[in-house]
Amino acid sequence: MIYLNAFLLAGTLCLLGELILDNTKLTPGHVTSLFTVLGSFLAFLGIYDKLIEWGGAGATVIISNFGNMLYQGVIEGYHEMGVLGLFTGVLTKSSAAIATSVIVAFLLSFLFKPKN
Amino acid sequence: MNKDEYKKLVEEYTPKEKKLKNAFLAFLVGGAIGFFGQVIVTILETSFGVETKDAYIWLCIFIILIASLLTSFGFFDNWVSKCKAGLILPTTGFAHSVTSAALDYRKDGLITGLGSNFFKLAGSVLLYGIISGFFFGVLGVIFYG
Repeated sequence: MIYLNAFLLAGTLCLLGELILDNTKLTPGHVTSLFTVLGSFLAFLGIYDKLIEWGGAGATVIISNFGNMLYQGVIEGYHEMGVLGLFTGVLTKSSAAIATSVIVAFLLSFLFKPKN
Repeated sequence: MNKDEYKKLVEEYTPKEKKLKNAFLAFLVGGAIGFFGQVIVTILETSFGVETKDAYIWLCIFIILIASLLTSFGFFDNWVSKCKAGLILPTTGFAHSVTSAALDYRKDGLITGLGSNFFKLAGSVLLYGIISGFFFGVLGVIFYG
């Protein structure tokens, strides 16, 4: 049941994050960075692919998937272009996330004023 | 009772229940994002014939769009302070941090405001993501070929 798995996986990861936020002095910036690094580490161990297989979108909506995509980009780049691909590949897969947030945030900053 | 004792007493009674509630809320909200994400992915796959890998990328784009819009409308700040990790750890948190920095610093000018503060909050995710992705990637190439 992929929907239940997605719920459980995304929920558990957020629960972990909340426990870290509430019980340590780490800020949201620390926790998101930590999860990103953890994502690329899990990708390196070959675990992240399995998480996506099991939990579907539950694994891809979390910021740790950003680390996973950066890792996958490096690997794919290497297989296509060799050593040069390590550098050209790193941002390929995560480009959608970075470009979308940059473009959307830029445009919105002209249309809206901050509320507080 | 002096200040320290009072502090201890307050700490003993209040936060536990709040922590439990926070954790539960984060689980519920994060889980809901994962669940609806999977619904969107399945719809894209079955109704639009999108490949699974591409469907995840479309989902990522949708989530960023929605989170950025909600941030601009002013709803998201309240929600984040209530649901915390439930909204910070999904991609919504990344979009929220970029958009709120853009909105907040836009008034200080295009270059010195918007430009130099754009990644103020999301910068650490980008920096440590790229560093760790690159070095684990190099390790992966060395170990697995």
